[in-house]
Amino acid sequence: MMAEDIQAKLKNYKTAPFDARFPNQNQTRNCFQNYLDFHRCTKVLTAKGADTTPCEWFRRVYKSLCPISWINKWNDQLEEGTFPGKI
Amino acid sequence: MAHPSQLGFQDAASPVMEELIHFHDHTLMIVFLISALVLYVITAMVSTKLTNKYILDSQEIEIVWTILPAIILIMIALPSLRILYLMDEINDPHLTIKAMGHQWYWSYEYTDYEDLGFDSYMIQTQDLTPGQFRLLETDHRMVVPMESPVRVLVSAEDVLHSWAVPALGVKMDAVPGRLNQTAFIISRPGVYYGQCSEICGANHSFMPIVVEAVPLEHFEAWSSSMLEEA
Repeated sequence: MMAEDIQAKLKNYKTAPFDARFPNQNQTRNCFQNYLDFHRCTKVLTAKGADTTPCEWFRRVYKSLCPISWINKWNDQLEEGTFPGKI
Repeated sequence: MAHPSQLGFQDAASPVMEELIHFHDHTLMIVFLISALVLYVITAMVSTKLTNKYILDSQEIEIVWTILPAIILIMIALPSLRILYLMDEINDPHLTIKAMGHQWYWSYEYTDYEDLGFDSYMIQTQDLTPGQFRLLETDHRMVVPMESPVRVLVSAEDVLHSWAVPALGVKMDAVPGRLNQTAFIISRPGVYYGQCSEICGANHSFMPIVVEAVPLEHFEAWSSSMLEEA
């Protein structure tokens, strides 16, 4: 049931929808939060050995919102182990 | 775009800009009327042949010139607040584009589906073809589907810049490390120009913005061809 919902949501994805947690002009946290949520979701679900499809939503949203240079920088930091956020 | 000896705003290409123009015209009319009245009163006072000019008080006119300005201010404030809230409405964008300011060019990222990114440099004056506009044209334009709500996230990779397109009624500061959101709907197809609006060094005046609004099919064809190029 949940799996079909997320598939439908992903299939109909156009762009990051309005997020009431970040209603204002400054969307910095919106981008960062979705990046964090994707990695946390992936970490938790792979630890459980479960399917990581639900995490795709966070990936689509952070890819829409975050500048490519920020994503690359954070990915490099994750690889080096210097990423400032808690995953 | 702007043209020589222009006095007013550029023609609106978005509903928000139309509202801004109407509000401006309404307020400017009030300003002209008040200025005309004041000018008349000054000339009347300076050219009168009456000798009893030094009346000290009068309750009636004091009431009038207190109430009337209050009413005028309300007539300005109500449309002003209306448009302020209108500009702040929650929208449901169909597309997100990131506009990143650099010294001295803009780069645009369309990453909702694939990773499309490209730089947009000003075309130098000596490289212009006839009919192109000096200091306004760029090698790559930010192409956008018309009549679609578009979200633009503005940021910068080095120093402060500002992304402005007057015909759309849009200006948003580009701050390093911050993602500033603005949105618009372009009502009609066309090419709309803007210039960097925050001093950013030697070539601040030479990093313009060009938005090209096209029908959706054209936008899809353009984005496919841009992805192939890269």
